[in-house]
Amino acid sequence: MIDLIIFLSLLALGYGAGTWAEKRHYRSIAERENAAINLPVVTLKSVDIPEHKIRSAKLVYGSAVISVDYFKRILASLRNVFGGKVKSYESLLDRARREALLRMKEMAGNATVIVNVRIETSAIGKQSKRKNIGCLEAMAYGTALTVEE
Amino acid sequence: MIITNIETVPGKTVAEHFGLVSGSTIRAKHIGRDLMASLKNLVGGELKGYTQLLQESRQQAMDRMIEEARLMGANAIVNVRFSTSSVAQGAAELYAYGTAVRVD
Repeated sequence: MIDLIIFLSLLALGYGAGTWAEKRHYRSIAERENAAINLPVVTLKSVDIPEHKIRSAKLVYGSAVISVDYFKRILASLRNVFGGKVKSYESLLDRARREALLRMKEMAGNATVIVNVRIETSAIGKQSKRKNIGCLEAMAYGTALTVEE
Repeated sequence: MIITNIETVPGKTVAEHFGLVSGSTIRAKHIGRDLMASLKNLVGGELKGYTQLLQESRQQAMDRMIEEARLMGANAIVNVRFSTSSVAQGAAELYAYGTAVRVD
């Protein structure tokens, strides 16, 4: 009985706090994405800028470790029974990648363009078989080019 | 030291190649952070301690790579890649590698 109460309260806490935190995070992501909209990020290796105009090139990177809440983890493990789209993990990956990209842009400062951007994802914190997913790191890196005015 | 992840350094010409340079570090998280992270795991969201830990470790791996390049006499590293792998429970290896060159 006690176990059930603990389980249900954790579920409620995960649902309440998790949903609230996710909404807030998405709002902040959208805001900062709008602020950094003038800095193009491309996966091309070179852009159409004359070589002699480029003043500096430097490596920029950003990363974020995001985990899912308890409620979503239970939801995903239920989904494992029937198969199909695991919607609760989609937002996790989306948040981690967008946050990593934003941090990379912040590091670039007043650069003109970021070329050859790569995004890498790795699951960290494998503690046991029971909870092997739920915490992952996304990392974005690229080369920031600054063009002289 | 100029570091890029494209094949060249834009605006400069590569004068000499020195070959592959790399740096790696293996980090384990300490127990306090682990405890905080498992609490944070309940409500979800960003695990700031882990983000910081990984960022510090990656910086260290890069520093080692840069040091290796400097000993060779290079002044730039091009085509840098990163990779992460978990070697044991709770420990991660962060690896950075690239090609050391001299640019004019």
